[in-house]
Amino acid sequence: MLDDKDRIFRNLYGQHDWGLDGARKRGAWDGTKAIIEKGRDWLVNEVKASGQRGRGGAGFATGLKWSFMPKQVGDRPHYLVVNADESEPGTCKDREIMRHDPHLLVEGCLYAGAAMAAHVGYIYIRGEFVRERERLQAAIDQAYEARLIGKNNVHGWDFDLYLHHGAGAYICGEETALLESLEGKKGQPRLKPPFPANMGLYGCPTTVNNVETIAQVPDILRRGAAWFAGIGRQNNTGTKLFCISGHVMKPCNVEETMGIPLRELIERHAGGVRGGWDNLLAVIPGGSSMPLVPAGSDQADTLLMDFDGCRDKKSALGTAAVIVMDKSADIVRAMARISYFYKHESCGQCTPCREGMGWMWRVLTRMAEGRAHKREIDTLMEVTTQIEGHTICAFGDGAAWPVQGLLRHFRPEIERRIDEYTASPHPEPVVAA
Amino acid sequence: MSVRRLAEPHLQPKEFAFTGDNLAWAKKQIAKYPEGRQASAVIPLLWRAQEQVGGWLPQKAIEHVAEVLGMARIRVLEVATFYTMFNLEPVGTYHVQLCGTTPCMLRGSDELKKVCQRRIGDQHHVTQDGIFSWIEVECLGACVNAPMAQINYDYYEDLTPETFEKVLDDLAAGRTPKPGPQIDRQLSAPVGGPTTLKTQG
Repeated sequence: MLDDKDRIFRNLYGQHDWGLDGARKRGAWDGTKAIIEKGRDWLVNEVKASGQRGRGGAGFATGLKWSFMPKQVGDRPHYLVVNADESEPGTCKDREIMRHDPHLLVEGCLYAGAAMAAHVGYIYIRGEFVRERERLQAAIDQAYEARLIGKNNVHGWDFDLYLHHGAGAYICGEETALLESLEGKKGQPRLKPPFPANMGLYGCPTTVNNVETIAQVPDILRRGAAWFAGIGRQNNTGTKLFCISGHVMKPCNVEETMGIPLRELIERHAGGVRGGWDNLLAVIPGGSSMPLVPAGSDQADTLLMDFDGCRDKKSALGTAAVIVMDKSADIVRAMARISYFYKHESCGQCTPCREGMGWMWRVLTRMAEGRAHKREIDTLMEVTTQIEGHTICAFGDGAAWPVQGLLRHFRPEIERRIDEYTASPHPEPVVAA
Repeated sequence: MSVRRLAEPHLQPKEFAFTGDNLAWAKKQIAKYPEGRQASAVIPLLWRAQEQVGGWLPQKAIEHVAEVLGMARIRVLEVATFYTMFNLEPVGTYHVQLCGTTPCMLRGSDELKKVCQRRIGDQHHVTQDGIFSWIEVECLGACVNAPMAQINYDYYEDLTPETFEKVLDDLAAGRTPKPGPQIDRQLSAPVGGPTTLKTQG
């Protein structure tokens, strides 16, 4: 188990002071000036050396992403944008950072700004997080007050940080949709290239990072890249906030080492699966966009919770939101409900997504009751492949994968339901998932 | 995507303008963004307009925001209809947004839906006394405290049908129930106390 001294988010559960004094006691804003003075290249290289990969879902190397920003600032200013639009079903980690350790995020923004030659940063928080927004704004105000950020601050890197909020659109967690939204438009993703590092916010070089990614940076820089790189496995370094929800005895958030076995994670921190490990049906390891992993000795039993470990099971770590389903779960209906989510949240820009989401949801809703033909299972699989990779953004993939995961692992269950219904059909309307 | 339209004409107020305080606040918001990029403030301004009206966004408010920001009306209308937190119809004093996405569903949000249905009625319907309205929403990002609902600005978490009813009873009686977990639990820590972070003060 990860030692408490290696944990970054030491006020994860909000038991201590979230404010500047409390954060300072936990080590925030310590030696900041000296770190900034080491310069832009050092900052980027140190984060590169730590092996940190983005915590928002895609797992792209943070330092590498920063290095894509232009080396010289030209006519166009550089921008840092922090993605705090946490909405992936199952995920509730950034919320804890923003309400309980907001200074780590604010401090991280200053480093990230210095590392990419940005003097302005925007944090885009989801609209529903009203209380978290108030808290984070209060922390930013404290930082301004103490001249930790702002113009002519004590750290020698001018940096203005603004909090911006959305109004209930999951798609704004996609980085280019977020930028559109921040510019005051509908949150519809942009075609890439050009990438944000070249043409981002207001057409200027921009880097978008997740809250957890940025909030880890101060500790990485203070304790050194080697410390972070020494936790977890190669390519999967550091600590990670896991959100364990669903059918466990004690759902919770916890910071653990990357690569912790799923079973250990659940049994040590979440009180185990309801009814014991053998009662596990399936787990979604990384938020609703990722394929489920069923129970079994070569599946969930041996799943290691990091980028490569989840990939080995044909899933992905995503946001590390572990949604556990025990044998009482109606797996088809649970996945149909995920399809409803994507139907609701599609921005409507690309036809395969706009039309496909509703189609998949309707078919899955029928399948949950067995009211389908077996040949439709193959049709559904084919439709998912027609959506996947055929849309501007990854939303289409993220909606197709969970359905593919269901069909890959639970086809017999769907067929069983179809047989059951065929044996005794009834005229009752289909119950929407 | 869902089709979202403005409320029927007979519900629409004849006019809307920001109060002096809100207008001053709006100017401060606009100042967060570079010169000429005032459109960036459209969501915060629409949100403030919704607050001023009492929880929903009439057509005149959308037009007023367009005027304040120097934007074409259609651009602001697009934003107001795209983002689902803008209520285009009147809501109750307490607008219940019940999460129904899979993590909440797995932990019993279906039962909470029945409570809403029974006490409040269909979604979008405002009770006779004007106190409650409800809708099912998608993941609110408090999944380890499922099932949960957002009532106005606050999250009520770890709900059961009984505790949810109690929260609604309290609100109906003019009391302020304590937000957060409705069971004995330190926010998102496991029930019974944290398994980590025990060594420091």
